[in-house]
Amino acid sequence: MSITLALQLAEGAIGLSLLSALVSFFPATIRRRVAMPLFTLSGLVALAAGLVALINGGVATAQLPLGLPWLPWQVRMDVLSGFFLSIIGVVSFAVGIYAPGYVRGFEGGKDSLRVLGGFTGLFLAGMMLVVLADDAFMFMVAWELMSLSSYFLVAWHHDSAANRRAAFLYLLMAHIGGLSILLGFGVLASFGGGFTFEAMRGAPLSFGWASVAFVLAFIGFGMKAGLVPLHAWLPEAHPVAPSHISALMSGVMLKVAVYGFIRFVFDLIGTVHWQWGVAVLIVGSLSAIIGVLLALMQNDLKRLLAYSSVENLGIIFIGLGLALLFLAEGHPLIATFAFVAALYHCINHALFKGLLFLGAGAILHSANERDLEKMGGLLRRMPWTGFFFLVGSISIAALPPFNGFVSEWLSFQAALQAWQLEGGVLRSIVPIVASLLALTGALVAATFVKVYGVAFLGQARSRAVRRARRVPLSMRAGQGILAFLCLLLGVLPTFFIDLINAVPREMLGQGLSQVSAHGWLWLTPISQQTASYGAPLVAMILFVALVLGLWLVGRGARRVRLGDAWDCGYAPPTPSMQYTGTAFVQPIRRIFGLLFQISDGVETQQDGRRRYYLQVVDRAWGLLYAPIARWVEWSSRQVVRLQSGSIRTYLGWTLATLLLLLWLVV
Amino acid sequence: MAAWGFALIQSLLYLALAPLLVGWVHKVKARLQNRRGAPIWQPYRDLYKLFAKEARMAHTASLLFRAAPYIVFVATWLAAAAIPLLSTDLPTAAMADVIVIAGLLGLARFFLALAGMDVGTAFGGMGASREMFVSALAEPAMLMAVFTLAMTAHSTNLASVVEYQLLGEPFLRPSYLFALAALVLVAIAETGRIPVDNPSTHLELTMIHEAMILEYSGRHLALMEWAAQLKLLLYAALLVNVFLPWGIAQSIRPDMLGMAFVLLVVKLALLGVALAVSETVLAKMRLFRVPAFLNLALLLALLGLMSHVILEVGS
Repeated sequence: MSITLALQLAEGAIGLSLLSALVSFFPATIRRRVAMPLFTLSGLVALAAGLVALINGGVATAQLPLGLPWLPWQVRMDVLSGFFLSIIGVVSFAVGIYAPGYVRGFEGGKDSLRVLGGFTGLFLAGMMLVVLADDAFMFMVAWELMSLSSYFLVAWHHDSAANRRAAFLYLLMAHIGGLSILLGFGVLASFGGGFTFEAMRGAPLSFGWASVAFVLAFIGFGMKAGLVPLHAWLPEAHPVAPSHISALMSGVMLKVAVYGFIRFVFDLIGTVHWQWGVAVLIVGSLSAIIGVLLALMQNDLKRLLAYSSVENLGIIFIGLGLALLFLAEGHPLIATFAFVAALYHCINHALFKGLLFLGAGAILHSANERDLEKMGGLLRRMPWTGFFFLVGSISIAALPPFNGFVSEWLSFQAALQAWQLEGGVLRSIVPIVASLLALTGALVAATFVKVYGVAFLGQARSRAVRRARRVPLSMRAGQGILAFLCLLLGVLPTFFIDLINAVPREMLGQGLSQVSAHGWLWLTPISQQTASYGAPLVAMILFVALVLGLWLVGRGARRVRLGDAWDCGYAPPTPSMQYTGTAFVQPIRRIFGLLFQISDGVETQQDGRRRYYLQVVDRAWGLLYAPIARWVEWSSRQVVRLQSGSIRTYLGWTLATLLLLLWLVV
Repeated sequence: MAAWGFALIQSLLYLALAPLLVGWVHKVKARLQNRRGAPIWQPYRDLYKLFAKEARMAHTASLLFRAAPYIVFVATWLAAAAIPLLSTDLPTAAMADVIVIAGLLGLARFFLALAGMDVGTAFGGMGASREMFVSALAEPAMLMAVFTLAMTAHSTNLASVVEYQLLGEPFLRPSYLFALAALVLVAIAETGRIPVDNPSTHLELTMIHEAMILEYSGRHLALMEWAAQLKLLLYAALLVNVFLPWGIAQSIRPDMLGMAFVLLVVKLALLGVALAVSETVLAKMRLFRVPAFLNLALLLALLGLMSHVILEVGS
């Protein structure tokens, strides 16, 4: 096995996904049998390719017979590409297993399944091409392939105006971001003298130009990653797509944006500065805290999950910001530490967010409901989905022994090394960020207690939910794979960090050599004295104690007598007397009220009944998007003045432009 | 292996002592209120009675409702097992450092809140909502406070933190004082004591913890109550052993352990008296005054951390 094999496998995976896109346009019988299995296989091969690259290390390059005559497309496989390729692969694999059952629900609907299958395949191919690209030209083409094909997936349910609007917003933002990335590459290419990444790596950059390139890349990739304040498109676009596509977009595509950022900043620019680290830290913490608060306020399950992606990407960027800061200040070991935490959170988020979106899709499939306030009691109707969703919720709430906790633990440990920094300001920024991270973690737990408690526990609040049926086995299997991986990554972190270590070893020059120095039981990132976490032991003791407890306390034929709820002796509660999601978050909404635009009150309806209404709006709309939209409209109105209707004026303008261009060129 | 065996014994000691601390606080409180009060063994009798009784459950409850007491109990117990009680020679402290302890307590809280919502009553949901609200504000303060200790000792392992305290000559660090104050406030909020929550209330509109376990009975209720008592002992042990570690054994020798046990009982008894006094003189505050209370804790914790990284690291 060698890295070349990894590259060949990756090319094979791309071929398979393109083939799956093609097969989707065949007649329905062939499409149903072949397209999704090809997609699944493509995910599996990509996962294999990524793992081979991670295990072997090294670099392999090749040229594709595509591209411009003087700039053939270069592909390159290294450990960073391999790492992200395996993330793409594993989620696509689970999605590929889940999708046939889910898509069957759309069979015979208005929207074309050919289009869905075709663009899904193209979307996967686009993402894989992005992580393999070795020149800016191919990178941008692949990036646009990814953005455009996902646009069509977002716009797939195009008969509702809200969906079309969300899709348009997505397209617009994707292109503003793409433009920013293109300009960033432009800066590197003009100093490096070529569009290949090889040339860009050697670009001699002054601090000023490097910062310009950094800011452009941060805006471009940050927009795709949904960082605050550029996040507002994300919770509009991601929930609108079919759920398995939402899982791919939130779980995987956002990671491709993270890949782009890492490749651009850590690899292509190379030399980093602490100011960048601080900027990334601030934006990351803002995204984390605002993302989770907005997620908490949502009642649409898929929108809530999308906002929670904003929060998780914030956490990933906090890790990257710490890495930049420590790297620039000359502490490569701690930088590595923070970097590994960020990468670990990348996998984790891909797994649990994929899982949660698939769970939301399962509810949508069997109860046709996205509104939390109409759910309830689903655990009894859909026990497996309920169980997997619980695993996802615990994982995302960063609770041991699941995977989310490992990356949170690593991030905190990295932040705790802040005392090694020079200067009181830097030293105090890091702890403040850590406290925001702690607040975020606690709020995430509140969010998912709300989601799980309202949706899966209690009693059904609507007829459709009361009659929800189990989803097909394939859909449960897709969720089960991801849930199992959430547990595996939480219980055996040393194995996975040893695997990930290849990435910082190549990017930053060293890995965390101490991680498994005390055996696979102990996660010791720096030394045994500083910090250790025996994840397998914690999980094992929890399990053994639970079994023992059940045996000791609950043994024998001591059955539980069933009756009405006690509820302090009042009348037995009806479904409408349960606490709602809105009520659940009221205390938090009240104390963080300034961060949202809240309008609520009691209105009298036409039939004379009174109704409480509440609307919580993201402030980003009022503070950032609306002014920009107004400005664009205003400037377009100014341009409209040119349109006088007289041919002579138009000719005059044409002549003036021509003269200006001649003057510029000659 | 001996160390693991001792860790097991110590964790059993946690189980045994937890009801006693609660009984002691009740007794002192009763005396302060001019009552005779129940004997301090009463919590043991209550637990025994509850374990023997039949459990009742609402028919709207799911499987999670039955599993939650076990998970809450085990997670709290494991968190307690990682906090040095008698000796710092503790392998469980290396297995679960202070961040893992916070995580395990979070796991217990997660299931407690879910169990509150499971039956689908208004009180359960209300309790869950308030619990998550209070803990969301308390958690950053708690982590900041323990980070101050961890940064000073260059370790998040609580046993190392305690040993670091014992090694250095006892001088007063400003950061420790801030951290101690913050941790006391957090402990009051997290264990549901007055003025944040009142453990002896069953008045519908003010309860937090009691609202979540309202539907439990029999052995399930016993486990939930025991877990709450464990949590109180856990925070008490954290406070006395981290900030006043003198007397704790540094290896497993019978004479040192005996000494440590006597001193521990004295320290816990004093802390219990302090808690009883503060609960007697303070009134429970409104729910929306709690954020101010916990913001104070966060502020103190941040001040502690700041004064550590700015004043103490360089010098």
